Amino acid sequence: MDNHWRATAHELHQHFVEGKISAEAVVSSHLQRIAARDGEIGAFLHVNEEGALARAKEQDGWAEGKRADHPLSGVPVAVKDNIVTRGMPTTAGSKILRDFMSPFDAAVIEKLLAAGAIIVGKTNLDEFAMGSSTEHSAWHPTHNPWELSRVPGGSSGGSAAAVAAGLTPLALGSDTGGSIRQPASYCGIVGMKPTYGRVSRYGLIAFASSLDQIGPMARSVEDARLLYEAIEGVDPRDSTSTAAPSATLARGNGPWRIGLPREYFGEGIEPGVRAAMDQALERLRSLGHQLVEISLPHTSYAIATYYLIAPAEASSNLSRYDGVRYGMRVDGHDLVNMYETTRDQGFGAEVKRRILLGTHALSAGYYDAYYLTAQKVRTLIRRDFDQAFGQVDFIVTPTTPDCAFPLGSRDDDPIKMYLGDIFTATANLAGIPGLSMPVGLSEGLPVGLQWLAPPFQESQLFQAAAALEAVLPKLPWPTGVDHE
Amino acid sequence: MNNGYQVIVGLEVHVELKTNSKLFCLCSTQFGASPNSQTCPVCLGMPGVLPVLNQEAIRMAVRSALALHCQVHAFSKFDRKQYFYPDLPKAYQISQYDQPLAEYGWVGIRSGNGETHRIGIRRIHVEEDAGKLNHLGQRLGDATGSLVDLNRAGVPLVEIVSEPDLRSAEEARLYLTELRATLSYLNVSDLRMEEGSMRCDANVSLRPAEYQGELEDLPRVEIKNVNSIRNVQRGIEYEVQRQSERLAQGERIVKETRGFDDATGTTYSQRSKEEANDYRYFPEPDLPPLELEEAWIKNIGDGLPALPEAIREDLASRGIPSKDAEVLVLDREAYEYWCAAADLYEDERTLTNWMLSDVSRLLNARGESFARASVNPPSLVELLRLIDKGTLSGRMAKEVLELMFESGKSAAMVVEEKGLSQITDTEAIRAVVLAVLREHQAVVADYLSGKDKALAFLVGQVMKRTRGQAKPDLVNQLLRDTIAGDRE
Ligand SMILES: [Zn+2]
Repeated sequence: MDNHWRATAHELHQHFVEGKISAEAVVSSHLQRIAARDGEIGAFLHVNEEGALARAKEQDGWAEGKRADHPLSGVPVAVKDNIVTRGMPTTAGSKILRDFMSPFDAAVIEKLLAAGAIIVGKTNLDEFAMGSSTEHSAWHPTHNPWELSRVPGGSSGGSAAAVAAGLTPLALGSDTGGSIRQPASYCGIVGMKPTYGRVSRYGLIAFASSLDQIGPMARSVEDARLLYEAIEGVDPRDSTSTAAPSATLARGNGPWRIGLPREYFGEGIEPGVRAAMDQALERLRSLGHQLVEISLPHTSYAIATYYLIAPAEASSNLSRYDGVRYGMRVDGHDLVNMYETTRDQGFGAEVKRRILLGTHALSAGYYDAYYLTAQKVRTLIRRDFDQAFGQVDFIVTPTTPDCAFPLGSRDDDPIKMYLGDIFTATANLAGIPGLSMPVGLSEGLPVGLQWLAPPFQESQLFQAAAALEAVLPKLPWPTGVDHE
Repeated sequence: MNNGYQVIVGLEVHVELKTNSKLFCLCSTQFGASPNSQTCPVCLGMPGVLPVLNQEAIRMAVRSALALHCQVHAFSKFDRKQYFYPDLPKAYQISQYDQPLAEYGWVGIRSGNGETHRIGIRRIHVEEDAGKLNHLGQRLGDATGSLVDLNRAGVPLVEIVSEPDLRSAEEARLYLTELRATLSYLNVSDLRMEEGSMRCDANVSLRPAEYQGELEDLPRVEIKNVNSIRNVQRGIEYEVQRQSERLAQGERIVKETRGFDDATGTTYSQRSKEEANDYRYFPEPDLPPLELEEAWIKNIGDGLPALPEAIREDLASRGIPSKDAEVLVLDREAYEYWCAAADLYEDERTLTNWMLSDVSRLLNARGESFARASVNPPSLVELLRLIDKGTLSGRMAKEVLELMFESGKSAAMVVEEKGLSQITDTEAIRAVVLAVLREHQAVVADYLSGKDKALAFLVGQVMKRTRGQAKPDLVNQLLRDTIAGDRE
């Protein structure tokens, strides 16, 4: 069996353009890897075996020029299962969308296909992207390739695990409160959430519309950037997408002023995470960058704010799953009973919990106290970042206070699960881009460092992350799965 | 006042905008297509879809708001109104809640005494329509199933909410008539109540003489979805009577929604508002706020056509009697027909008479409208000119008009084919006059003895011999002159 699955997306594309490898061999290598390893990992919900091979064979017939014109030709990409795809089921990890086939491709899928990407399958997630462990998928949990008894994080846990384990070099995730960055951190890969509005949400099954963004997941900063560049851009079908140009960084290639918010380095960070962070920060200092302590004073309200806004929007977005037009229907003795039994049997516990939270937050008499107040705090959190970016070029934080936790360990404590989003949710609330990259191991588990940048400075974000990546030792392949 | 109670009515009117495509997707808005043929993932509420606002709908809504004297806000936003029903694919309707497109307008109505007063418009907002349910079975209660047709889902609507300024069913009728007439000049809607492109809900309450509180706090009955202006009036009349009877018996009015039964002219309880939905409105996160440039709004205002008030003034200044003017103003097609003809023809009163009597009668009989009349304005004017030239008498012209409607031919062609031309040749008529006088000497004697009717008989005889084609006043003149000449 060829070891193409070990290569980066850049290498695969380059070798394919140069005719050194065939797309079919690349895809076969990954499909075999999926067949061999995904049984224990559970990263995929659907493997697009025939479709991917057919597309690979088609690309093998392309001339060199055509291969080069498609920046992702010859490269497998996995897609989180809350992004709709024609010809493959899209379930969002929910029984209510069992076997659902979308009549259209998401905007990012159109872009991926136009860029030559070969879609190898759909990856697992917490139901409707609600969760931080991928245990809340209606189908099966996903296991962390570093230690199979642990969660890969979530909700893009399938994508993260698949990339980490070499089942695909690239994957799309979606990030509403950290759902790309947190699993990237837990799985030792790079995951990036673009600025709100940078990537079209058309075809992303909505969780919380004002927070959701699709982003890239890869094993290197360069690969993440390759995937990001294929999917970004304004889309007339998404009125919240923006044609903003890339902002330019005041201090170009550096040295940069890097802010360390004191609220993100306080109590509750595991010692191993703190140690890995300290080493990474030392590297940044040794590169000549200036590290300054800053304050984001409204950070402590972020989780409460997030857990009002996100469920409120979710309760509305998920109302369409009513059994009338598509997806699952459980017949009832009348219309209301049909609605109730369909939604009762179709949604899992975590989704129901959030629908209840959100419905309550929007109810007459509670709207002002909850939703409206949360929106006001959101403005304050955004202002915190505006002010901070007046002083610094980037902000660096731990992505999470901890490392991947054991499956089942937070089942009885949703609040603890929610608190895990504390360092990531602020970027969604503020709409700014964030990137998580591995900076070391703590007791054998990856530790992620998060970069935050001002709106529309994705390019600089990649630049900064790549600079740090270059001076850090590369992580080994995950230890929980066989790599021979 | 009604049995000591003041009638308080407010109307909510939904008007479908006749854009080519729906409010948030590119589907057609055409009425009457086969079920669900005009749908797409967006208006079906499929997973992953997003709304994109139709600019033309906003332009039409702004046009409507300005024509109704509203203040159009440069900043408004969309909200989700949430409830479960099978005709609502997303389980929320994208509407505008606390920051509507426009506010503070009015419609002028004239009461019986000819005085005009203003009925306030509280707000105008833009929203999407829901689909339709077709129930299988006799009534909803025993329906064996329901089929959902989502062709209408997502069609743009403006909702026009009046202040509770109306004081009778008649005022409600006048308000709706004037509102519809005003909108008809804007080309923004078909305004067909029977097809649902204009729908009206009426809020009716009675204020006891001693009541000092807010009108909003009076128990209010909403009559839903009545399908004609006439029925809105009937529904309100019935409600006023029903509520005043209840109050007279010392009963309490329940805040509720009632339907209108066309056959009996009564209303019936549909659902009690006390168990009303909580719509959980919140700002639509998929759409940015609607920000309009003042210059763009002004430009739309400057481009408004003449509206009923201005048209009434114009017609009055041109000497058209107000009753005729009213008929023209309230029927945009008639008014446009009139304008096209008046551009070609000076005697506007004669034109108006012909239009509102003969043309109107023939249109009705043939099921035609002024917009698609078999006899267009230039053809009518051509006919009127033949009367003016003396080629046709008024009576002959009526006959010619009828033939024009039937054949689609011009007045000149009809006149020529039928040989209907009026005889204006004095010598030719004089010969007939002489013959008639010779044959009816006794009648001549009657005339000379002062019996005026005798002359009419003689005129009739001449007309008969000329098969009606002699010019009547010429005949009259010749008869008088000849008789008078014979006596000398
Ligand atoms: Zn549509």
